[in-house]
Amino acid sequence: MTVSEKSADNFGVVKAEEMVLNMGPQHPSTHGVLRLKIYTDGEIVSRIEPHLGYLHRCFEKHCEYLSYEQVIPFTDRCDYLASMANNHIYAMAVEKLMDLEVTEKVEYIRVIMVELQRIASHLMAIGTFGLDVGGITPFTYTFRDRERILDLFEYTCGARLLYNYIWVGGVSHDLPVNFVRLATEFLDYFEPQIDEYNNLLTFNKIFIERTGDVGVLPADVAINYAASGPVLRASGVKWDLRRDDPYSIYDRFDFDVIVGDGQMGTVGDCWDRYYVRVLEMRESVKILRQALAQMPTEGDVHENLPKKVRPPEGSVYFRGESPRGELGFFIASDGKSKPFRVKMRSPAFCNLSLFSEISEGWMLSDIVTILGSIDIVLGETDR
Amino acid sequence: MELSDFRKAISGAHPDALAADAESQQWLEIIPEKWGEVALTLRDDKALRFDYLSCLSGYDEGVDGQLAVIYNLHSMELLQQLEIRVKLPREGGRVPSVAHIWRAADWHEREAYDMYGMTFSGHPDLRRMLLPEDWVGHPLLKDYETPEYYRGIEVEKDKRGWE
Repeated sequence: MTVSEKSADNFGVVKAEEMVLNMGPQHPSTHGVLRLKIYTDGEIVSRIEPHLGYLHRCFEKHCEYLSYEQVIPFTDRCDYLASMANNHIYAMAVEKLMDLEVTEKVEYIRVIMVELQRIASHLMAIGTFGLDVGGITPFTYTFRDRERILDLFEYTCGARLLYNYIWVGGVSHDLPVNFVRLATEFLDYFEPQIDEYNNLLTFNKIFIERTGDVGVLPADVAINYAASGPVLRASGVKWDLRRDDPYSIYDRFDFDVIVGDGQMGTVGDCWDRYYVRVLEMRESVKILRQALAQMPTEGDVHENLPKKVRPPEGSVYFRGESPRGELGFFIASDGKSKPFRVKMRSPAFCNLSLFSEISEGWMLSDIVTILGSIDIVLGETDR
Repeated sequence: MELSDFRKAISGAHPDALAADAESQQWLEIIPEKWGEVALTLRDDKALRFDYLSCLSGYDEGVDGQLAVIYNLHSMELLQQLEIRVKLPREGGRVPSVAHIWRAADWHEREAYDMYGMTFSGHPDLRRMLLPEDWVGHPLLKDYETPEYYRGIEVEKDKRGWE
């Protein structure tokens, strides 16, 4: 139908021709190799079809051919920005299947590592989010500080990104000399830096204009899509597995669960998702200070390592809070030394699935903002 | 609520939906034909309120066994968890899609279809999720055989160094 053609029943709803745009797989703001098929009406997005799988490395298939211990390096490579969290939750899932206890000291070391990793991952998230919306400088600040955490990891286990540190029943190395002092020094240095990020980026007028009120995710939609982590909490749902389904020794620490409050617009907008991460770093610092103070100094981290990891027949679904949300492992064992089935429920996979829902009706340039605020890691969605 | 309470609640609303299962099991098994109705009850019943689908995994019992779909449900309101299993035959197995009940199931079902080949009837867009669209076979099946060639490229069979 042309515009000049008059129609009695649907006048005024003339639709412009739909245009399909391809974004990715190689695109700086897709944070990896994600391909988006964007259906647009002019500049307005009507639907997005994400195409996954460019980074699929057959994680679940490999698991069936490897022993339980050998899977741990593979979990490193799934969410490569939060490898410690992946190691931790996988190890705990196998321990639950085997009914294995770990020592007090190991629990503390694990929590310390995972919380440091959470800060590192959130630093990456907020830095690159700034980069996505055009603020280049804050990125250099967050990366400078993330580097210090990676140095601590390197000092502990020799690796900076893929650690294979948390093993079933223990950890690979004890904490090195002076680690507690160095970690405390880092925390003392890091806490004031959060104010600096806030001055640089969080409360920057241009940044707020780009992110406030954009891509609003209502709480019921978030739950229906099984969103988790900062994405869910930014929508006002007070849900954190560390507090609500406590595992490891998280019930010993005093920390708050941060939720979005719509300070710069509506609850659940991009700014909220960003700011929840900033505030969560403070909570991680709180946990770290308590853990460093309470940690027992004596103890062998290899004490409870099983000679052979061979869980009895059965299955388990174990979940924990990774920096991106609910990371779950479904592991089925047939009593042999290799898992019968491993399924990884990755938080970024579920969070990405609601992307099309919240992008509808936004301008093309906001798509980059919304995608950045979800904070996906393609290694984890594709596995 | 405990597993036995869940069993009672489901058998009360849908008398013939539960498959015969052992008492020691940590999950409930639902027959595929009834799963669509049961899922709706699980979400909407006042005492159940499973509004959060944590995880959905495909599962293969082995060459002589059946396929299964495993649902790990969670209730944000009542803070309870439940594992549901639906078993289906290896060939031509069909299970009702729950993507309209929990939107989270959409991609998970596509992934399960991709890896195991079971059909989710009523799914809005059942395509492969992670593998290329022209891939032959469903690789997580226990009787899957790695193809010789993919688009004319020989698939490496020498597994020395990584096995």
